Amino acid sequence: MAEIPKSSLTRYGKVFLTFARNSLVRDMTFRTNFVLQCISSVGWTMMNVGFYLIIFQYTNTIGADSGWDRDKFFLFIATTWFINSLVQAFFMPNAEEFSELIRTGGLDFALLKPIDTQFLVSFRRVDWSALSNFAAGAVIAIISLYSLATRKVDPLIPSMTSILLYLIFVACGVVIMYSLMICLSATSIWLGRNQTLYNFWFYITNFSRYPMEIYNRGWGRPLYGLFTFIIPVLLVVNVPARILARPVSPQTWEDQLLILWSLLATLLSVLISRWVFRRALLSYRSASS
Amino acid sequence: MPDSAYRSGEMEKNAGLGLRWRLSVWRAILSTALGERLVYRGDFALGTLMRFLPIVTQIFLWYAIFDSIESAGGDTPEDSEIRGFRFTDIVAYYLLTMVARAFSSMPGLASGIAREIRDGEIKRYLIQPIDLISFLLLTRIAHKLAYYVIAILPFGLVFFLCRNYFTEGWPPPQVLIAFVGSLVMGFLIGFFLEAAIGMIGFWFLEVSSLLFVYMLFSFFLSGHMFPLTMLPDNVATVVNFLPFKYLAYFPAAIFLGKIPTEDLPLELAIEVCWLTFFILLCRFAYSRGVRRYSGFGG
Repeated sequence: MAEIPKSSLTRYGKVFLTFARNSLVRDMTFRTNFVLQCISSVGWTMMNVGFYLIIFQYTNTIGADSGWDRDKFFLFIATTWFINSLVQAFFMPNAEEFSELIRTGGLDFALLKPIDTQFLVSFRRVDWSALSNFAAGAVIAIISLYSLATRKVDPLIPSMTSILLYLIFVACGVVIMYSLMICLSATSIWLGRNQTLYNFWFYITNFSRYPMEIYNRGWGRPLYGLFTFIIPVLLVVNVPARILARPVSPQTWEDQLLILWSLLATLLSVLISRWVFRRALLSYRSASS
Repeated sequence: MPDSAYRSGEMEKNAGLGLRWRLSVWRAILSTALGERLVYRGDFALGTLMRFLPIVTQIFLWYAIFDSIESAGGDTPEDSEIRGFRFTDIVAYYLLTMVARAFSSMPGLASGIAREIRDGEIKRYLIQPIDLISFLLLTRIAHKLAYYVIAILPFGLVFFLCRNYFTEGWPPPQVLIAFVGSLVMGFLIGFFLEAAIGMIGFWFLEVSSLLFVYMLFSFFLSGHMFPLTMLPDNVATVVNFLPFKYLAYFPAAIFLGKIPTEDLPLELAIEVCWLTFFILLCRFAYSRGVRRYSGFGG
């Protein structure tokens, strides 16, 4: 990728803002639908919260001595919700549209535009209603942070540093997810259509929803290794959630290595996804009507 | 429409052969739907296998939960249980709910009915000598049969790999019969419940949001997420009265022996009542709906 001069960076920013505004206008045209979508995704969140509340009626932690008690686990859930809602708002609609563009040959028009194709393809639509889950995540995070800070046993108030690091690694998590999604949707150039791959996306990210320690036993170890080092979905939520929820406990060198690996993995996944995307574009044969 | 006039004339002529005629229609519907379904068998078997992946996550999640209960309570691993479910039971439960959902889930049924009403396609059932509900039911049965023909391979594989989670082995024959009965009735309840929801399309043009709410409720209250006995007592009592449990929880609980054998006849009788209720509701909604229907579109 050629180095982008500063002026073109602001240009890309402006283009993105236009995309975001257009999507908002479009969403606001069908306002009832928008509200219903928000309500249903919040409903889904509440169901999940209900499920975890039921679990914590019977246990105090997820995993013996793992430290994921109720408040910390809900902080973990909130992190999952932040990352998933960002991915769903900014990338999911575009990835869906991308395979449609390939199938119909509409990608021709994207290729002709005087702008980076990957940028155009991955930022064109913003699904604003998915951000309602971001708000839901914020509510969960605030409640669990409050509960953590005010509880009698082992209270916890995160420092500014850990909050800053948390934000950085949430961003890293979003980037890893984005790269994975670009890779998956780019394969639809080769395969023509990839309905199963979207299910695949759902099933893979399903692994990222729980503390990674739970996989680190018995026949889970290969999965643990696979999803930490090769398809790093376990890092996505785990690294930021650990930074925020367990800063006091002395960080072992393994924890620090994991944080470093997470940075590296973010960088690598961006590069690899960029490479896969370009390779896939080379094999693109337009489909005409 | 000469064709339909011809057909109805022939129908009268065949009044004596009514049953045979009907059977041949059913066979035609069944074989078409079967053929439709078998076109994408490879993709479909793979998709079914992948559907078990979330269970892998659940296995690890519940192991971690039981792990911490054991270390907190000092029970031996075999003893600790949540509301009568040990760790192995929970895994077996999730696997069995997959079977139950394979019977009771009706993808696209309600939305399909609502779309046919909106597009005006439904009028072909008013003209042709085919009843909408029986036609949909037959198509659905055929789709399900085709599904089982292929899905039995991935299901068999997964159950074989997970056989150790079924600590009790096969249940006694009368329980097994009750299990099969509850699966079949789960299918029928799922069908008529969702068809009845689709009929709401006669009154409201857009039912997709309503459907989503129903899906949320049924996912949570059918026991697909967790065994319903884990709900707090007062909530569990209410949920036990609702029909959603027949879609997932009930068959799995029967198989695992969580419902006492002597209660089985009564419980199944209640299920029959619910089934009758939904059949009547569906028929009633259809007849009322058709009366206020006006065929728009071509």
